[in-house]
Amino acid sequence: MIKKTPKQSTLQGIKSLFVGLRVTGHNFVMPQITTHYPRQEVDNLVTYRGHIELVPKEDDPMTSKCILCGQCAKACPSNCIELVIRKEEVEPPPAAEAQPDADKEEAPPKPAPKKKVKRILEAFILDYNLCSLCGQCVQTCPVDSLEFSTNSYLAGFTREEFVFELLERMRKKYKASSSG
Amino acid sequence: MNIAPELIHIAVALAAIAAFIGLNGLVLVWLERKVAGHIQRRPGPYEVGPWGLLQPVADAVKLVGKQLVRPKVADPWLYWSAPLLSFTPVFLLFLTIPFGPRLIGMEFNLGLLLILAFSGLNVLALCLAGWSSANKYSLLGAARAVAQSIAYEIPLLLAVLAIAFQFGTLNLSTIVHHQGPMPWQWNVMTQPLAFIIYFICAVAETNRAPFDLPEAESELTAGFHTEYSGMAFGLFFLAEYAYIIVISCVATVLFLGGWHGPGAPGFWWFLLKVYALIMVIIWLRWTYPRVRFDQLLNINWKWLLPLALVNLLLTLIFVKM
Ligand code: SF4
Ligand code: SF4
Repeated sequence: MIKKTPKQSTLQGIKSLFVGLRVTGHNFVMPQITTHYPRQEVDNLVTYRGHIELVPKEDDPMTSKCILCGQCAKACPSNCIELVIRKEEVEPPPAAEAQPDADKEEAPPKPAPKKKVKRILEAFILDYNLCSLCGQCVQTCPVDSLEFSTNSYLAGFTREEFVFELLERMRKKYKASSSG
Repeated sequence: MNIAPELIHIAVALAAIAAFIGLNGLVLVWLERKVAGHIQRRPGPYEVGPWGLLQPVADAVKLVGKQLVRPKVADPWLYWSAPLLSFTPVFLLFLTIPFGPRLIGMEFNLGLLLILAFSGLNVLALCLAGWSSANKYSLLGAARAVAQSIAYEIPLLLAVLAIAFQFGTLNLSTIVHHQGPMPWQWNVMTQPLAFIIYFICAVAETNRAPFDLPEAESELTAGFHTEYSGMAFGLFFLAEYAYIIVISCVATVLFLGGWHGPGAPGFWWFLLKVYALIMVIIWLRWTYPRVRFDQLLNINWKWLLPLALVNLLLTLIFVKM
């Protein structure tokens, strides 16, 4: 920055006084931009960042997009995400065995294919008491399975009310929207 | 024998002044919050009464209902006398202000001097309040108030003196009579520099933002009135607003032609000008950030004081010519 002479900075200072008055004067006559809350409600909440919610699959709204990678739980600085995963053994599809392998007869026999384990999301638990709304989880999710809710009127009386099971919430929301 | 009507006149005037201060205090609290709200693009008070008009009344009731607390280590006499000392001189200040051609509490030849002298008492009140509270924030606030008031009193006096020299009187009515109804006949035209200096100093004298260092809430909690609760705080608060009205009244009398105005002269012109000035003061408060203490003193000693001296000198030369 070029050092200003005292005269310059004084003149600039005096000018800035009037600029300031113009700014406030201008805002004084402009219409208000606040909402009188209990009497009016905010209509545009898309930019509001509430607690996180699971995003359902487009074709199947009862399951979430989540691939159970666990990245969100790892990324969360407050440790408020917990994934409850149930493992289920499934028979490998028989099509895998019937692969044409005719020209390599001496090849050792393949070990019996391992039984595949399917991981199923039982519950996605968010302890909103701890959440700092940092957005790390939403950002890390590789499949965009998390989003911020826009419930700005969330309130409760106990801590327990703020431990959410997101999978259930997602399904309930879908049921409510499909029945309603 | 002929002293009695004069006394009655003064008594009536004092009662009227009390009503005037109380009413204006309420209006100003409301006005200030409304203006602040609108400048910040929000409505300001709007729940109590139509347009929130009853909000200051609710505030006042709350203040009156609150318990008065005194810190154990505070000096009781000084502690309780400070708010009274801050508020009571206000009555005297309004006494000599000519609101209209005949609407004046007391015709007094040294009216200007009386106002300047008694407004100085406020500093003493702030000093006592801060000192007797036995609280470091209060003490710092009081120290600031004293330094600030003493500094700004000098250019203020010099600016006012220029007007006094010009007309050779300290009588406020006479000064008004010398001015005409049209804006270009007002003293602000012949003494613009004095007006600006007076205005800046007056804002600083009342400890208003941007010169509100004695009660800088971000540094000193509430400055000199940190320990005061309820109506004791209320009196400081009311006194602050009363002083704002006083300085606007004096500015109107000295520079803006008092109750003169195009068309019908009368107290409405006076009130209109006073309220316009008050609006400007409120506007300033919600525009400027607080100055730093060294800046505060620099503005005064490096700018206002020399300018006021030059202005006074020029006035003298013109008057003598
Ligand atoms: S927003 Fe931050 S704190 Fe909240 S759940 Fe996501 S990662 Fe954790
Ligand atoms: S990061 Fe996304 S996909 Fe991975 S577990 Fe979390 S929500 Fe599921």
